[in-house]
Amino acid sequence: MSIADILDRKDVSWMDGSGPDSDIVISSRVRLARNLYKFPFPHLLNDTTGAEVMQQISQAVNRSKDKVIKGLELVTLDTLSALDRKILMEKHLISPEHAIASEPYRGLMVDKKGSLAVMINEEDHLRIQCLLSGLQLNQAYKYAQTVDDALEKLLDYAFSEKMGYLTACPTNVGTGMRASVMLHLPAMALANQISSVVQSITQVGLTVRGMYGEGTEAEGNLYQLSNQVTLGQTEEDIINNLWVITVQLATQERNLRERLQKEIKYQIEDKVMRSYGLLTNARLLTSAEALSLLSDVRMGIEMGILSPVKREVLNQLIVAINPSHVQKAAGRELEPRERDIKRAEIIKEKLLAS
Amino acid sequence: MYCDNCKERPATVHITQIHNDKKVEMHLCEACAAKKGTYEMNWGQGLTEGFTLPNLLSGFFGGAMPLVNGPVDTQPSPTSCPDCGMSFHQFTQTGRLGCGQCYDSYASQIEPILRRIHGNTRHLGRVPARSGEKVRLQKTIKDLKKELQDAVSREEYEQAAELRDRIKALERKKEMEERG
Repeated sequence: MSIADILDRKDVSWMDGSGPDSDIVISSRVRLARNLYKFPFPHLLNDTTGAEVMQQISQAVNRSKDKVIKGLELVTLDTLSALDRKILMEKHLISPEHAIASEPYRGLMVDKKGSLAVMINEEDHLRIQCLLSGLQLNQAYKYAQTVDDALEKLLDYAFSEKMGYLTACPTNVGTGMRASVMLHLPAMALANQISSVVQSITQVGLTVRGMYGEGTEAEGNLYQLSNQVTLGQTEEDIINNLWVITVQLATQERNLRERLQKEIKYQIEDKVMRSYGLLTNARLLTSAEALSLLSDVRMGIEMGILSPVKREVLNQLIVAINPSHVQKAAGRELEPRERDIKRAEIIKEKLLAS
Repeated sequence: MYCDNCKERPATVHITQIHNDKKVEMHLCEACAAKKGTYEMNWGQGLTEGFTLPNLLSGFFGGAMPLVNGPVDTQPSPTSCPDCGMSFHQFTQTGRLGCGQCYDSYASQIEPILRRIHGNTRHLGRVPARSGEKVRLQKTIKDLKKELQDAVSREEYEQAAELRDRIKALERKKEMEERG
């Protein structure tokens, strides 16, 4: 599978619904920020120095003898259409900033399954990220680390013994690592427990964000939990800390779902059934409404209220309902209202087919 | 007119957004508007502007709270980084440093910021195999050069000669590694 395939296919690795705790944990991500020694950070690059950075990286990739690098495909982003770049963003392979910026020296490397993506000249020269389904933080870290090691054999990193990997923003310096999990927490949201979770999580050096990272709102009860601190802790400590909290939250969510079923069985079944009814019958659906209804349906399926739909299908749907994917499916640009029509069609078809 | 969202309560919040040259109108009740965040987002835009990361970072400098207690730095920091030319003022505006060397150039100003963000100023994580070795080599050479100066000033020439040879050997090693 090449980048072209990734763009066309409905699924990338993190959507396959595998991995431990995938009833609650949608995906795990580990991102390593790395910079090249002797070059200014990307926001100070011009077309000449930017092209040099790009060249150094592509040379290293071509020269590398490591299997893990040979399996990567590299593209410069300006060879992709604006829509395709947004598709990659909606699949979580690149950041919103990377999708819309116009510099010709921005790039991307991906592996065949779309589980590994390296952004080139985003906020840092290299952002190596691995994205897997379910709670697989260790596996994601190992994969990202392997790629990091292989690239470092051929590239000189900006590194200081005292401050670690040097990054454009001091919030990433040290390990340069951001580990995160995407959690589906509808019962906790129903029980109004999210704000207290956010508060206590901040105290252990973690932070909560919406689905598309920094500055985005939590929609469809999907929360992204990640480490805040990158300096003064080992990578293993950071991963472990996040893992422990994630497992606790997953347990709490499951307990609350059990209580819902015991204490307000009819209300909760009604909510789930109504949402399923809407998703399979509505003619117009905005993405916000669809995400929220899909959240109810996902919970209903996991609780055994609805007949099972594969997690894979649900994961594909939360991506497929985004504006760019809807337009890609329609094969043309759509007005918002037209998108709502197409979106409703896509959802209905997918849900009834499975 | 009823609320576009809940279709139950009367719409009292009317929002017109121009997005990509397209006009989008929304008519919401207060409850849905607040829930959607659209209402807040619109009136809050001016207010939250003050809370971007660069602004938060620059809040760490100057202002009412002195950053460094006690005497002011005896070593004045450079006005711009010798490697990339970025001024410290630029950093306080953008929240991004210019290059790896900036961390050295502005070490005394950055340290308190790191302490505030991470509660820590020392890296404990992984060390890259090759770049890390290079950094260690550079540091060893720097340390040995200082020892050499001390030895010369103490007129311990025998030791100085030995140090000089070690430095030379290490510099050769470094050069060879750089050439790959």
